[in-house]
Parts: sequence; C-alpha cells; structure tokens
Amino acid sequence: MNSYPYQFQARKVRAEFFRLLPISLFVVAFGAAFGLAAIQKGLSPLEALLMSTTVFAGASQFAAVDMWGTEVSVLPMMAVVFAINSRHLLMGASLYPMLKDVSPGRRYGLLLLLTDANWAVSAQEYQSGRRNLEVILGGGLVLWLAWILGTALGVYFGGLLQNPKAFGLDMVLGCFLFAMALGGKKSPRVLVAWFVAGAASLAAWKWLPPNMHVVVGALAGGVIGLFWLEPGTRDKQAAVEGDDHGH
Amino acid sequence: MAIETTTLGVLGLIAIMTLTTLVTRFGGVFIMSFLRISPRIESFINTMASSVLIAIIVPMAVSGDLGALAALVATGVAMLAIRKPLPAIAIGLMAAALVRYLG
Repeated sequence: MNSYPYQFQARKVRAEFFRLLPISLFVVAFGAAFGLAAIQKGLSPLEALLMSTTVFAGASQFAAVDMWGTEVSVLPMMAVVFAINSRHLLMGASLYPMLKDVSPGRRYGLLLLLTDANWAVSAQEYQSGRRNLEVILGGGLVLWLAWILGTALGVYFGGLLQNPKAFGLDMVLGCFLFAMALGGKKSPRVLVAWFVAGAASLAAWKWLPPNMHVVVGALAGGVIGLFWLEPGTRDKQAAVEGDDHGH
Repeated sequence: MAIETTTLGVLGLIAIMTLTTLVTRFGGVFIMSFLRISPRIESFINTMASSVLIAIIVPMAVSGDLGALAALVATGVAMLAIRKPLPAIAIGLMAAALVRYLG
C-alpha cells in the first residue's frame, strides 16, 4: 500500500500555472515597486533580485528594506520578517490534511512555493471538498517567476507605473483574498468565525505590537471551529474520543 | 547585533531573511505532523483557514483610504452577484481607481 496516496497530475499543474497567470501580472507590478524601493534604499540590483528569489514574501521584503541603512540590526529585522510571515505557519497547517498524503521531500518542497494567492485557492477548494495541491506547485511557480520578473523590471527600469495606486493596483491582493473568502463555503458557523476573526484582528492591529493581527485574528476565528463542529462531525469526534479513552 | 551592508553583509542578511521565512513556511506543517487530525482539529484548521483571509482584509479596509474601502466593497458585491473571482477583482480595482480619480 502506498502511504503517500496523493497523485500529482502534470496536466493539472500546467492548468493551475495558467489559471494564476492573470493575477501574476499584478504581482509583476508589485515586484517592480519592490525593486524600485530596494534600489532607493541602497541595495544593488543583483542583491534585490536574490532577495526576491530566495525570500519570496513581498510584504516582509518591503518591511526589511525599509530598515536598511549602512547597517541593519539583525534581531529587529528577524522579528519583523517573522511576524509578517507568521501567517504562513497557519496557512501551511491548514493544508496539512492534504500534505500528509505526499512524501516529506515533496511536502516541504511544495511549501517553498507557498504564498497567499495559491494558498487561498487551494484552501478554498478544500472547503468545497476538492483536493488541489497542484495549484501550490503550478500557481506558486508562476507567482514566483512574476515576483522575480517584477523585481528585475523595478531595479533596471524604475517603477513601471508612476503611481500604481491611481489604478487601484495596491488592492489586487486584498480583493483577490476577499473574493476567495466569499467564494468559499458560508455557514452560520463560518460567518460567526469571520466576525470573531475580524474583530480580533482589528483589536490586535490597534492595541498589540505591529504585524500580529493576522495570526491573532485567524486563531480567534479558528477557536470557533474548535468548539462548534459542523453538524455530523460531532459523531465522528465522539467516536475518536471514545477510541482515545479505550471504550 | 547589527550587520554592515557590505556585499558580504547583505548576502548574510538575505540568508537570514530566507531562513526566517522558511521557518514560517515549514513550521506549521512540521508541528501538524505530530498531531493526530481529529474532526475537532480539522474543524479548527478549516475555520482558521478562512479566518486568515478575513484577518488580513479587515484592518486593510479600516486603515486604507476611501479607494481601498471601495475596492473591497465592490469586489464583495460583485462576487456575491456573479460568483466569478477575476471579474469581481477587476470591478474592485476599477472602483478604487474611480474613487481616487474623483477624490
């Protein structure tokens, strides 16, 4: 018996690559903005490109180059990068029910390409009962290439657009994530979780140190799911707990 | 501790950023591999997953300008009406552009 039953379909990986191509065009614009910011803060073009290639986490890269000077304090920079990217911890965990069905090598290989947009597609489809790790690979690849390409355009040609905000381009990711959320399953339980998540995130954003609001809000929403099970799962849970206690 | 931004220093800083980010990419899955996924845990991570999206968006809507708010509202209405993400996002961006052009 194969202990890692998830079968990757090459055709589906290709299809997911092209499915996320439109959103990747916007990522190119973000990349260009990052490239320009990096150059202005004194990074060389190759350094900026290397950072985009290996880090591949836009918001944290913007924050890091914002701390750039003739020297950079390591611990504060690590703290900022970790805080901004800590949402990956939860995103990865949410994919675990699928990722456990691929070998550890592939599992951690896929996670190299984990980012907001491809995760949002995969997580949303999982809610609707479809297992799609191909989008992490194919979609992640096109997003990664777009991020590198955009950075290159930014460092060598300056910003592509004088003012990307005028075209609403700063809102692409926000709108994309919101569309994904609304496209998912909506039950009273999910709506209550969203309300709790939104309120907790807002409170954390107001009163806690910066960059903690996503994790705080997401965990708060998750707690609703922990105590309020979808009808039908209650019996399964009882069975599992019964097993645990040896009944 | 501070690192000077010489060529070697910058390479070191990029390596540190890369490793820090990798810890976040790998960490959640690594921890999950020690847990048994009961229906309760599954319910937790499923609810948490969509809550991540909301937790990103709400402060964005509150702290952004009128254009940001218009983009999210327009995307939401369009998504509920036509249920197709790409047109909904396009409508959201146009709303932001319009509000900022007028504003």
